[in-house]
Amino acid sequence: MKILVCITNVPDTTAKISFTDNDTKLNKNGVQFIIGPYDDYALARGVELKEQSGGTLTVLHVGEADAEPQIRKALAIGADDAIRVNADPQDSYFVAAQIAHIASQNSYDLILMGRESIDYNSGVVHGLVGEMLGIPSYSPVMKLDLEGGNATITREIDGGKEVLKAPLPLVLGCQEPIAEWKIPNMRGIMTARTKPLNVVEPVSVDDMTVPQTYRLPAPKGACKMIPASEAETLIKLLQTVAKVL
Amino acid sequence: MSVLIYVELDNGYIKKTSLEAVAYGAKVAEKTGGQAVVLALGKAENAELEKAGKYGATKVLHGADAKLEHENSLAYADALVQAAAQEGSKVIILSKSGLGDAMAARAAAKLKAGIVSGVTALPETEGGFKVTRSIFTGKAFATTEIKSDIKVLVVRKNAVEIDEANLTGSNAAVEAFQPALRDSDFTASVLSVEKADSELSLTEAEIIVSGGRGMKGPEHWQPLIDLAKALGAATGCSKPVSDLDWRPHHEHIGQTGIKVAPALYIACGISGAIQHLAGVNGSKCIVVINKDPEAPFFKAADYGIVGDVFEILPKLTEAAKSLK
Repeated sequence: MKILVCITNVPDTTAKISFTDNDTKLNKNGVQFIIGPYDDYALARGVELKEQSGGTLTVLHVGEADAEPQIRKALAIGADDAIRVNADPQDSYFVAAQIAHIASQNSYDLILMGRESIDYNSGVVHGLVGEMLGIPSYSPVMKLDLEGGNATITREIDGGKEVLKAPLPLVLGCQEPIAEWKIPNMRGIMTARTKPLNVVEPVSVDDMTVPQTYRLPAPKGACKMIPASEAETLIKLLQTVAKVL
Repeated sequence: MSVLIYVELDNGYIKKTSLEAVAYGAKVAEKTGGQAVVLALGKAENAELEKAGKYGATKVLHGADAKLEHENSLAYADALVQAAAQEGSKVIILSKSGLGDAMAARAAAKLKAGIVSGVTALPETEGGFKVTRSIFTGKAFATTEIKSDIKVLVVRKNAVEIDEANLTGSNAAVEAFQPALRDSDFTASVLSVEKADSELSLTEAEIIVSGGRGMKGPEHWQPLIDLAKALGAATGCSKPVSDLDWRPHHEHIGQTGIKVAPALYIACGISGAIQHLAGVNGSKCIVVINKDPEAPFFKAADYGIVGDVFEILPKLTEAAKSLK
């Protein structure tokens, strides 16, 4: 069993977002970066499956060197080795093409990642990678078990869930409760220092989409407070003032 | 040249978010020239599909093959690409959902097309094709230029204003569409599907009543459900509530759950952690009911009531009932 887990390096969920350079760049000053929360679920399940099946797990990141602490953390959690594609990705198609390129050189049985990154929220990289490799992709996956050459997948669908059985190889976008997040232990942290982290240059891809500028939403007006004793008047306000009923 | 819009069907009906995508696509077609063509896959009556015309579509392609009845993003993406080739479509539009993103991604890879998901407004088409999309889970917006010849857009709810009372389009012609289906798209077997049919879907709902830990336990949910019923609303919950199994996971709204954009969001006993706000900041109007006047959610709200949810909810339900 060969597993590839793709991780993003994203601002912490509580980070205050702002932009610099005439609103063309994220202001990374004072922002704590983390492994994408959904990717962290994918990694946790990947490590469990690797331990069950006795396979290998490679972690892949497309991004710059400042992500290395997060890559080392993934190694400490249980990945065997890591690959960083040295690029400053701006586009889903570009990222997918890098992942597909790495995957095409190593036959992975399972390619896991989060359902979406929490910075650009596209949720399309798993689908792109699946199609580029000519294998099925499913998302968002809430439960994943392997048996023989098949995966049993519980996937969230609109207003419910669906259970699928599909032959490997597969690309899966993951979300909770697929596994509990894992916290690296001291032994993991020590061994992670010497595990291989290979840096490779990106393959060239035509510019598909190019971000131009970023902006913050307009500030919210003041909240109108209604005394609890007159709670029922809210419904009238919603109907006549806010016009949402 | 045309704009192709994929519409999702739910029990034979076009989803509301998909009708918005049609209206969006028709406006793009106006800007770029050409027609707005709709693709629908699965079971539906012509009388339903024709409705897409009211939102600006000129033609509806209907793939009714029995193999397409069960939602299958792989086969659907194949069908989408074939429809785009048949219609010479340069812009392909889907509404934001798990299915929309999956189909859009696979179609974009097949077509070597640039893809932007989470689009919040109509494109600018002068001096390049530029779209605005939501990023950082609603904390910011990005303007992105799509450079590829074919462009795939996944649009969020409320990306275009629709005046339901004054739709000007007439019924669209429905044409049968038979894509070539590949066996490789049908390698998975569906073991079970669990769908809460009676419940309103959160992503479609115009009104959502949502509960947090302040509801004190799953056995206390009835007052919230009563208000939702009186308003014709869907019910949601915060992450701690679904983590505690008070409510099913598919009701979890927030950064790591469902992102919603209703006209009205009523939060009951939810303090408003930044991760929850990230899932609701697309809402037009937010009401917060909490016993703690310092709850951060009030800062993001349009209306607030400080007090006991169990006293306030029945009052609201009574007032809502008397509206009708």
